[in-house]
Amino acid sequence: MSQVHTSSFTNVGRTRFWQRGFLASQSAYVLAALVVLIVVMSLLSPNFMTGGNISNITRNFSFIAIATLGITLVIITGGIDLSVGSTIALSATITSLTMNALNTAQFYPFPGSALAVALVAGLLAAAAVGLFNGLAIAKLKLSPFVTTLGTLSMVRGLVYVTTQGRGTFPAGPDKELFLAVTAGKLFDVVPVSFLYLVICAAVMWVALNHTAWGKHVFAIGSNENAGRLTGVNVDRVKIQVYVLCSVAAGINGIIISGWLGSAPANLATAYELTIIAAAVIGGANLAGGVGGAAGAIIGCVLIEVIRNGLVLARVDPYWQQTLVGAIIVAAVLVDRLRSSRNG
Amino acid sequence: MDGAVRHPRNDAVRGSPFGVGRLIQMTARQQREDMLALLELTGVTKEFGAIRALSDVSFSVRPGEVVGLMGDNGAGKSTLVKIISGIYQPTAGALRFAGDHAQIHSPAEARRLGIETVYQDLALADNLTAAENIFLGRELKRQVGPFRFLRHADMQARAEELFDELKSETRAGDYVRQMSGGQRQAVAIARTRLSDAKLILMDEPTAAISVRQVAEVLNLIHRLKDAGIAVILISHRMPDVFAVCERVIVMRRGTKVADKPIAASSPEEVTALITGAKEAA
Repeated sequence: MSQVHTSSFTNVGRTRFWQRGFLASQSAYVLAALVVLIVVMSLLSPNFMTGGNISNITRNFSFIAIATLGITLVIITGGIDLSVGSTIALSATITSLTMNALNTAQFYPFPGSALAVALVAGLLAAAAVGLFNGLAIAKLKLSPFVTTLGTLSMVRGLVYVTTQGRGTFPAGPDKELFLAVTAGKLFDVVPVSFLYLVICAAVMWVALNHTAWGKHVFAIGSNENAGRLTGVNVDRVKIQVYVLCSVAAGINGIIISGWLGSAPANLATAYELTIIAAAVIGGANLAGGVGGAAGAIIGCVLIEVIRNGLVLARVDPYWQQTLVGAIIVAAVLVDRLRSSRNG
Repeated sequence: MDGAVRHPRNDAVRGSPFGVGRLIQMTARQQREDMLALLELTGVTKEFGAIRALSDVSFSVRPGEVVGLMGDNGAGKSTLVKIISGIYQPTAGALRFAGDHAQIHSPAEARRLGIETVYQDLALADNLTAAENIFLGRELKRQVGPFRFLRHADMQARAEELFDELKSETRAGDYVRQMSGGQRQAVAIARTRLSDAKLILMDEPTAAISVRQVAEVLNLIHRLKDAGIAVILISHRMPDVFAVCERVIVMRRGTKVADKPIAASSPEEVTALITGAKEAA
């Protein structure tokens, strides 16, 4: 009897746990690199692992991290937003201009009212930039790169026009409150900006992984046409993504201006490149379809740790840019090698 | 030596009588519709600027009928499919579906009517899993306060069920980018089985898959027919059309040149009609 018995025959093997999910993503490799870097830094410099320094790093990366979350959404859909730096300046400027105007107009019905109105005005201004980008890209089918390159310049120009290039300062009865909610520290340790970042990241993670909207964002990035054919409202999701990105940049703008205590007209010039770099290092793929909240934060932390570490190690700070650039290429290269191995 | 090499798949084929439950559940309304044509096209014309892709095409499909749509490249097959599935609007002519005048403005609207399409490029998002692709655009959600969250486990289970029905070795949790041509085809076909479709359009479903998988797709078409679902099969492959279709419609340069029962035709005649060696039948 030579009966062949293969009752559980299958030609498709199970993928191992490290070949799937977060552990198989570029974000995980970069996280590993980050951990190594932190260990090396703490060995090299006794000041690195001190409470003050960690608090500093946390605050500094929070400055760009919320905008990085936003741009990660845009990058997942296969787009790009170059106008985030200008949007940061716009929302900071509008917020402080509104506080000044309310102060001059003696509008102060209840404590915190001036701040609330100013914050809403700043974020609405940012949202308007996003709406413009989104409409132009989704409805008029303009290229995201060129459109947002245009808004980068237009929005920066508007900031200079409204302030005559001089910059503005938050003023009025809510000034102290403004500084407390933007640059304050929770229990004198945790920067509030970090708290906002954690909240934004958590919301984004849930939205991307546990809502239909999140799946649509990924679907648009990997096959926009498939999304259209299966009834996904591609245009609406794209517009939403650009608005969210600009609002995220707006939040960051308000936080930065709170820490600086002013909103200079040249605030966050060229930040878009750092923000895109952070998103890409963290695993967002400019071709679309890949990215996540965790990766965005990991990218920001890595850039800040390098910057901070180089300062502590008394390395010429001009090396910073060179190193960040090298890491962008290295991160993408590692991902390329890994995906070519997996076929 | 009895020489009988048992293949596990032969056992699997016997299980799961596909769609039998649905047949039994057929309501009186559906039986009435049996009398009528399910889809009826009259004088459909489509122009792209100066190019006339379709001119004055009329035909009808009855419920549960499998119709082959054949023609050379550029004959207007895909344009016709895109009009029925709501991607293009006809320049002239009318569509009736299930007895009612139908204006299908979008793929979503076609789906609501009960028209599902397997596109030639399959329309899959590579970075989503099979289950996520199947449910793309009509996800199962759970209401929590003002928010609606995905029911991952339910979608996964339903997708596994669909793959079982198709007898496809495709895991619902795998990413489409890692899949073979046949598995991708299975995902695209499984998607059409999600709702109670009345008509399924298949644009070259057997063009890019292995011989064994072709047989599986053809089997599936038989099972769809048994379940009372009409299928329009667009194919270049003569044997496929002659294996599953009851009727063949031949297109040439935007016009319908033949519409006859398979039994009354032959592959040679159809080839002659496609190439133009035979003017019309």
